[in-house]
Amino acid sequence: MALLEVSKLEAFYGQTQVLRGLDFSLEEGGITTILGANGAGKTTTLRALCGMVRTRGEVAFGGAKIAGGATESIVRHGIAHVPEGRGTFVRLSTEENLRLGAYTRRDPQAVGEDLERVFQYFPRLKERRHQQAGTLSGGEQQMLAVGRALMMGPRLMLLDEPSFGLAPNLTEELFDILGAINKERKVSMLVVEQNASLALAIADHAYLLETGRIVISGTAKEIEQDETVRKAYLGY
Amino acid sequence: MELFLQQTFSGLAFGGVYACMALAVVMIYQATDHLNFAQGEMAMFSTYIAYTLITWGVPYWWTFLLAMAISFVGGVLIERVIVRPVEGTSVLNEVIVFIGLLAIFNSVAGWIWEYTIKPFPSPFPKEPLFGNKFVGTHDLGVIGVTLVVLFAVFLFFRFTPVGLAMRAAAQDPASARLVGIRVGWMLALGWGLAAAIGAVAGMLVAPIVFLEPNMMGSILLYGFAGALLGGITNPAGAVFGGFAVGVLETLVGAYVPFIGSELKLSFALVLIVAVLVFRPSGLFGFVVVKRV
Ligand SMILES: Nc1ncnc2c1ncn2[C@@H]1O[C@H](COP(=O)(O)OP(=O)(O)OP(=O)(O)O)[C@@H](O)[C@H]1O
Ligand SMILES: [Mg+2]
Repeated sequence: MALLEVSKLEAFYGQTQVLRGLDFSLEEGGITTILGANGAGKTTTLRALCGMVRTRGEVAFGGAKIAGGATESIVRHGIAHVPEGRGTFVRLSTEENLRLGAYTRRDPQAVGEDLERVFQYFPRLKERRHQQAGTLSGGEQQMLAVGRALMMGPRLMLLDEPSFGLAPNLTEELFDILGAINKERKVSMLVVEQNASLALAIADHAYLLETGRIVISGTAKEIEQDETVRKAYLGY
Repeated sequence: MELFLQQTFSGLAFGGVYACMALAVVMIYQATDHLNFAQGEMAMFSTYIAYTLITWGVPYWWTFLLAMAISFVGGVLIERVIVRPVEGTSVLNEVIVFIGLLAIFNSVAGWIWEYTIKPFPSPFPKEPLFGNKFVGTHDLGVIGVTLVVLFAVFLFFRFTPVGLAMRAAAQDPASARLVGIRVGWMLALGWGLAAAIGAVAGMLVAPIVFLEPNMMGSILLYGFAGALLGGITNPAGAVFGGFAVGVLETLVGAYVPFIGSELKLSFALVLIVAVLVFRPSGLFGFVVVKRV
């Protein structure tokens, strides 16, 4: 059975409908990417999964129905969302931000190990552990957001443009780390990314979103070959 | 010199009380962006509850703790039942609820306990400590107790996971939810803590100003002044501001002849206006730029 099963998912901002009935699923242990132009509804899709916008439709995660629940209840099932804009607690320290990721966990030892692991992935965060998070650079805050998500010990990570604001070499490094997390920690991932070629390189499945509808879906390889996708998103 | 020291200590005692009120106000302000105008009346009501416990024969320090606990529960309930339904509807609704709470506590207290002034006991001996001429034992006790309470609050926010979660929820509710923090309950907890801290202020100041339904009106004003002076966005700054206002107010009352004790309260207002005009973020406040 799929880890995440979404059917007829609709999302609304006030009266405006943004998602128009999405059906998709995610395999446990895989990396899936959602591609789409600006305003297609990628961010909204991730928000809808976490109950951050008003939704209709069904979402099952690990067999549990989660649609319609409160955000704080949904994420407790093991979903870590790295939001658009990073969601840094700017006036708390780097380490406090990370510790908040583990807020719902009751296994201090494993939490401590995860903190060390985050510091291994992102040594920069360790150097700045006592620094006020708002004073970190944009790229460092992006690492912090990923680190905080890892601290939740999630089964699924939702990543909204993790490369946003990162220099190209840092982007590559971050994607290597995401790949490592996926393999070593067995964390499934749903990645939204502007950089389509990068996303398709790391993903095994992909969906193309256009104005709130899924128009193409398939394995990352198939999508990479797709004429429309190549023209519009890969630029060749 | 003797007068100066006497006045300074007396000012510090009042300052401790203002600091508690300032902290209570700041805690709720940080989470909701509103000044809780009812904070003073809530503290007054807590003090009446303590008064009742004492008349029932409960020993002072048990009364002290019980009144804090009852106030905590009361604060949580007020948030859950009364404040929550209007949260985020409109600024006007929320302010009206605060003012309504103020009026309700005031008249209910008057109705239950009457408006006559009542004496409230101090747990500290009347004789000055070591026969000194500078500071009364109650004043010293007030300074000590408020420092202990404020320090305990500091430790709670700085070193416990729940304290950290409360700070996170106040700063960025959306992100807090994403890590599983039940933001609504953190708000309620904040109200409970603020109410308990206010209860401390009320019980400590009541032996000086006497117990009556309007006893906290001016004290809350000084608390606001302290919070603004120190920085409404910075709890530690607000506590400092509370102490500073207490000392300033007492010294000004003692040394500036035309102000005396009658005009002291206008001093608080002048201070509030001056801060708002010249340094709106207070001495230690963070300048928060609202993105629209
Ligand atoms: N808070 C909001 N209120 C109203 N409409 C919104 C809100 N957020 C997004 N929208 C609208 O919903 C649509 C989808 O937005 P969304 O943020 O999901 O796009 P996206 O695919 O993530 O785009 P981008 O690549 O630019 O991040 C857009 O038309 C946007 O204008
Ligand atoms: Mg987006």
